[in-house]
Amino acid sequence: MEKFTILKGIAAPLPLVNVDTDMIMPKQFLKTIKRTGLGKAVLFDMRFNDDGSEKADFVLNQEPYRNAKVLIAGANFGCGSSREHAPWGLLDFGFRCIIAPSFADIFYNNCFKNGILCITLPQAEIDKLTAQAQKGNTKGNDFTVDLAQKTITTPDGTVTKFEIDDTRRHNLLNGLDDIGLTLQHAEKITSFEAKQKAEQPWLYA
Amino acid sequence: MAAPRTLYDKLWDSHVVHTDTGGNALLYIDLHLTHEVTTPQAFEGLRAAHRKMRRTDKTIAVPDHNVPTTPDRLQKIDDPESRMQLETLEENARDFGVPYIPMSDIRQGIVHIIGPEQGLTQPGKTIVCGDSHTATHGAFGALAFGIGTSDVEHVLATQTLQMKKSKNLRVLVDGALPTGVTAKDLVLAIIGKMGTAGGTGHVVEYVGQVFKDLSMEGRMTVCNMTIEAGARAGLIAPDEKTFEYLKGKPHAPKAGQWEQAVAYWKTLKTDEGAVFDKEIRLNAAEIVPHVTWGTSPEDVLPITANVPNPNDFADPNKKAAAKRALEYMGLTPGTPLEKVKIDKVFIGSCTNGRIEDMRAVAAVLKGKKIASHVGMLVVPGSGLVKHQAEEEGLDKIFIAAGAEWREPGCSMCLGMNPDILQPGERCASTSNRNFEGRQGRGGRTHLLSPGMAAAAAVTGYLTDVRKVQ
Ligand code: SF4
Repeated sequence: MEKFTILKGIAAPLPLVNVDTDMIMPKQFLKTIKRTGLGKAVLFDMRFNDDGSEKADFVLNQEPYRNAKVLIAGANFGCGSSREHAPWGLLDFGFRCIIAPSFADIFYNNCFKNGILCITLPQAEIDKLTAQAQKGNTKGNDFTVDLAQKTITTPDGTVTKFEIDDTRRHNLLNGLDDIGLTLQHAEKITSFEAKQKAEQPWLYA
Repeated sequence: MAAPRTLYDKLWDSHVVHTDTGGNALLYIDLHLTHEVTTPQAFEGLRAAHRKMRRTDKTIAVPDHNVPTTPDRLQKIDDPESRMQLETLEENARDFGVPYIPMSDIRQGIVHIIGPEQGLTQPGKTIVCGDSHTATHGAFGALAFGIGTSDVEHVLATQTLQMKKSKNLRVLVDGALPTGVTAKDLVLAIIGKMGTAGGTGHVVEYVGQVFKDLSMEGRMTVCNMTIEAGARAGLIAPDEKTFEYLKGKPHAPKAGQWEQAVAYWKTLKTDEGAVFDKEIRLNAAEIVPHVTWGTSPEDVLPITANVPNPNDFADPNKKAAAKRALEYMGLTPGTPLEKVKIDKVFIGSCTNGRIEDMRAVAAVLKGKKIASHVGMLVVPGSGLVKHQAEEEGLDKIFIAAGAEWREPGCSMCLGMNPDILQPGERCASTSNRNFEGRQGRGGRTHLLSPGMAAAAAVTGYLTDVRKVQ
């Protein structure tokens, strides 16, 4: 997994509530057996007309947001299906950070597994960030997300603090592989199994 | 004396392998259900890292999302991508040694239907699957939740998950459901009350006589849709009904161990005095048949109501969402829900694709014809459900009424196979999500119970099933 330290980039506003993972990644794109290449499919029905042309009024079809790395979203972002294709698509599009008032549990977890930082902030803070993003932050005049310092700096220099679980932060800062970390506890897993087998033998029949 | 614990606390405590100082636990997983959509990248990850699976004996693979439901599906699958994904599952199961149920097997079906049918789903287990509706299995008093593909890979490699404990939420429903009101109406009413994010960060336990009175099928319907209220998992404490359902199932504990298992399962209930972080209360007697009007499961109302007006919502975000939903759904505020004309009816899914659901539909359709402008698809949740329904002659009732009787799979619940809505088509569906485009781009979904869906098929409009029966 790629490390996340300091991210500088354009922030795109998407102030909609309950954006579900079916919307983020429609089912026709779930047939892939790869993780990559889903950026073109992200938010597909919002981005494209039936004939495949772009919907001009959608934020990600406008400059400078085509190159956005930060997404500022509405409450309960990523609800619904557990499909990891949703974060894969967001990542492939270029997003490394999503900021919202709240996230659905599975989506939130899936993002971190892929090196995407999810930041939760109160709606009032989100409204301010959204307003900043809507003004059209430009390259060289970016949003900066600093995970070590736990800060978001908007183009006008305003700094917003955020909170994040220490373990998630540590793993993201260092780009650590979860499976590798867990395998360090292999002996504990083996002794758990032995104990469970003695107490609940039917689970091992 | 130890502090009183909730059922969730007990399930959690009994599976913790290790906890770090920050409260992050390593949780042991007793059963891993897998299907073709969310596993290819996980197996690929194992191969790339030269890792092996830890326990094939706690894993099962079955194709469901992509499988066609037409009778010729064993001969050909037209969509090359679907075919590829299905072949990849079979190949991965073979390469890694995972027990696999092929499409040709009578046991094949939706992963959440076959777990209970095969007796793999048992009280006290931790159960995961790369699918959010894994919550279904909570009906047995198992801690069951959906995970993403990275976590699927993690479970394949380690048989554990890294996670933090959720909070406890109790949904307490007093009283009994009136006649004609089902588990689906109950859970829709609960979601309407909680909202789609109401359960975020929580595991729900359903408490009250009404859940005891439900059949195992009904309990599965309720737990299945727990995720639509944002909760990670839903639980119903196991009881005699649970044990009765499991007894004799292929993978249930065998004689000799059965009594020991049941004795343990009986301890799986919330202790007197245990504290929940949050509580939601409803009165079952007040619940009537429900139907969704919008594009989120929380957009739900009694069938007796009218399409709402966005201005009814005080919250500006909710107002905007309602406006967008009504535009998408092609509905005018103030229209009685019973005046909404439908084009399609879908019976099936892991929410309502079990034998009891088939019976409920047949009870309404018996001796009747579906409206001439309506197309109706009845898709059993598994080969065993199909077989049972045919034994009971239900297929004949469906066909005589003008519906199509199909092979098992997820089908039009999300339309990864050819069963999809056309843009603008309106569907009365027994599935679980009415999201934009879920059943096909531009398709409009109204979620309801099997009986309600059958009633809508007969009249061609959303209909209060109590008038048709
Ligand atoms: S029936 Fe629908 S909800 Fe259930 S597993 Fe299949 S696609 Fe998911």
